[in-house]
Amino acid sequence: MKLKKLLLPALSFAMALFVSGLLVAFSDAKVLALKSHPLSMISQGFRTAAGAYWALFRGSIFDPQLASGHLLQGFYPLSETLVAAAPLILTGLSVALAFRAGLFNIGAQGQFIAGAIGASWVGFTFNLPIVIHSIAAIAAAMLFAGLYGGFVGFLKARTGAHEVIVTIMLNYVAGYFLLWLLSTTAFLRPNRQDPLAPEVHQSARLPHLFGPNLRANLGFIIALFAAAAVWWLLSRSTWGFRFRAVGANADASRTAGISVARVTTSVMFIAGALAGLGGAVQILGSEPAMTAGVGGSFGFDAITVALLGRATPIGTVFAALLFGALRAGGLTMQASTETPLDLVLVIQALVVLFIAAPALIKSLFRLKNVDAGETIASKGWNG
Amino acid sequence: MSTTEVRSLSAPERRRKRGIITMASLGALGLLIFGILPKNGQPVTYSFVLGNEWVLAKEWIINSKMGALAFSAISLVAVLVATLQFRARKTIRIASGLFGATFLMSFLCWAAAGKFIPFTGLLQGALFLSVPLIFGAMAGVLSERSGVINIAIEGQLLAGAFMSGVIASLSQNKWAGLLIAPVAGMAISSLLAIFAIKYGIDQVVLGFVLNVLVIGLTNFFYKRLLIPYQSTWNSGGTFAPIEIPLLSKIPVIGPIFFSQSIIVYLMYVAVAIIHIALFKSKWGLRTRSVGEHPTAAESVGIDVNKIRFKNVLLAGAVAGLGGAFFTLGAVGSFSKEMTAGKGFIALAALIFGRWSPLGAVAAALIFGFADNLQGLLTITGTPIPSEFMLMAPYVATIIAVSGFVGKVRAPAADGVAYKRGGGSH
Repeated sequence: MKLKKLLLPALSFAMALFVSGLLVAFSDAKVLALKSHPLSMISQGFRTAAGAYWALFRGSIFDPQLASGHLLQGFYPLSETLVAAAPLILTGLSVALAFRAGLFNIGAQGQFIAGAIGASWVGFTFNLPIVIHSIAAIAAAMLFAGLYGGFVGFLKARTGAHEVIVTIMLNYVAGYFLLWLLSTTAFLRPNRQDPLAPEVHQSARLPHLFGPNLRANLGFIIALFAAAAVWWLLSRSTWGFRFRAVGANADASRTAGISVARVTTSVMFIAGALAGLGGAVQILGSEPAMTAGVGGSFGFDAITVALLGRATPIGTVFAALLFGALRAGGLTMQASTETPLDLVLVIQALVVLFIAAPALIKSLFRLKNVDAGETIASKGWNG
Repeated sequence: MSTTEVRSLSAPERRRKRGIITMASLGALGLLIFGILPKNGQPVTYSFVLGNEWVLAKEWIINSKMGALAFSAISLVAVLVATLQFRARKTIRIASGLFGATFLMSFLCWAAAGKFIPFTGLLQGALFLSVPLIFGAMAGVLSERSGVINIAIEGQLLAGAFMSGVIASLSQNKWAGLLIAPVAGMAISSLLAIFAIKYGIDQVVLGFVLNVLVIGLTNFFYKRLLIPYQSTWNSGGTFAPIEIPLLSKIPVIGPIFFSQSIIVYLMYVAVAIIHIALFKSKWGLRTRSVGEHPTAAESVGIDVNKIRFKNVLLAGAVAGLGGAFFTLGAVGSFSKEMTAGKGFIALAALIFGRWSPLGAVAAALIFGFADNLQGLLTITGTPIPSEFMLMAPYVATIIAVSGFVGKVRAPAADGVAYKRGGGSH
């Protein structure tokens, strides 16, 4: 029963890898040069794609070359996967939680930036003892981002402004605000003009998990705890019941006496705080000096992660691990086989597309009686 | 309002009232900050290029403090007129427009104190930056008026830009590039149509994923083929501007509107056709009915999903054509993610313009103007950081959808998939 549920995501992933493999093969100059010899063209194409995917594996799970000296070092790529996955889990949870309450949070990007600003500011401005400093930085990040997200919920509750539109716009606002902030004296390094914030103090950084050589840090554990907390919130608490009730049918919930406005605002506050925690983990764990590009594509990725994870906390964790692996491995793939990192975006989009359209995969593989799970839906502009 | 005529206001009236209060406070703030607070005025030079030759420039020099005071005063008069019209239960559109224009001029006087403003160039650049927004917003109108949310405008623009650049370069024929652009946009929107209409997948999610897919694909091919083999793959060139006889000789207006590339003229045609067809033709009536009340539309024999399918494809073609403006109209070659979020601003313009073609065009022009003004003021230097100017369209959209300015309502069935026989998924 459990295994059957995994069949669709697995087939979707396989299909995405296959299509992307074709892309890699048939955009390679060596392959294109063999146009007149179809057979050798196909075998060369296969070699090219296999080379790229082998590099992807070496960059995300285990690298035999690195293991020659010290076995643990061979798992350096796996540690990188964990580093990449931690903020993805947190932003993914942010989107997933909102989904369950019937809200589409495209704003994880802006909330992530708000969190990064909070963590960075507390991290380099104050001098506090270890542990306390980390907690203070994380609290600031979650508060900033929570308010940034909560504002969206408040607007929706008060005026009916659609959260998709407001969050898209707020992502740009956050991006430009960060750009401005990095040009102010408060966020410039002494005697420097480049848009780079000072590094957060050592006392605020998150400790490494497996010794100094592997970058995996406490951020991953924090992300797992957050996933557990979201699971508890959604399936064991009264508030979570209200969230899901509003997500399933807002009108019925209102009739039953649930304050939809309060639910909307608090869901968006928590979603924002989760994404902000992601920003804090990024700053305190792996990128101590904040740049204008700190948000990266976390907002995009968060949505694909939540969709792939079917908006459940456990699914989100696994989806984030998969996409974290693709990210980490993509860098190695780009460096050693000259396959652009952007292939990872294509794989991600295709996986989600195939997952979102179970009917397509089912008809492709002639599957019957496979439970596609509930499909995720937001509501129209007026909803 | 005096206590003797207490009456409850209707919802649009309440919004209008809120709009007047917003304008009044903005106008007062403007008068204070732009007019009264600055200690002494400096000359502001406005130059108007009358024709294409720069020698025909006319200059108009005013004192910044005097100008700001005068324009702020006019803007407050506009608020007064709006209030009177509101009391008389009339619409306040013209007064609001006057307020906007004079408030902006007052701001300009303050921001450009002691500097030079090339007025014709400012408007020319504004139109230039608005072109992709207008195409994108038209794509939004076509698909959303029929009831399919189009978040994938960004992806359609980017696909159009990429394919037109590549095909124009490979064939060394710009016209081939221009022809392929709508096809590229349509390819993306056909995915939107198939998955949204046939499989009933959530349209917002889908549009989002399609954007990621196009960004990933174009980045991938850009790095893999367009950078290493630039001379064959990425050197399409640009269309030369075409001067329309007579019209291009009109002072100020001529150089702005009638000395443009073919793509801009296609845009005029597209906007005109979409506006007229949407409100005057059989197709337009069907499109709107399908977007507002699909069940009723089907009951009179309209095939809801067929109309939606056609409209989404058409939307992709329009956005794809707009994408060609990035490469063939502006830069001459493709670069990574060159649409830079313009698709989302186009979406904002669509909403700001309340899903009507002309409203969306007006909003797109305002956003283009703000963008260009920001660029100009960054170069000349202003009291406001350029980042805050860049935020303006986004903040304006949030204000608009929050209902502070006016009524914003999407087509009733926008985003709701339709199953034959009256019902939604």
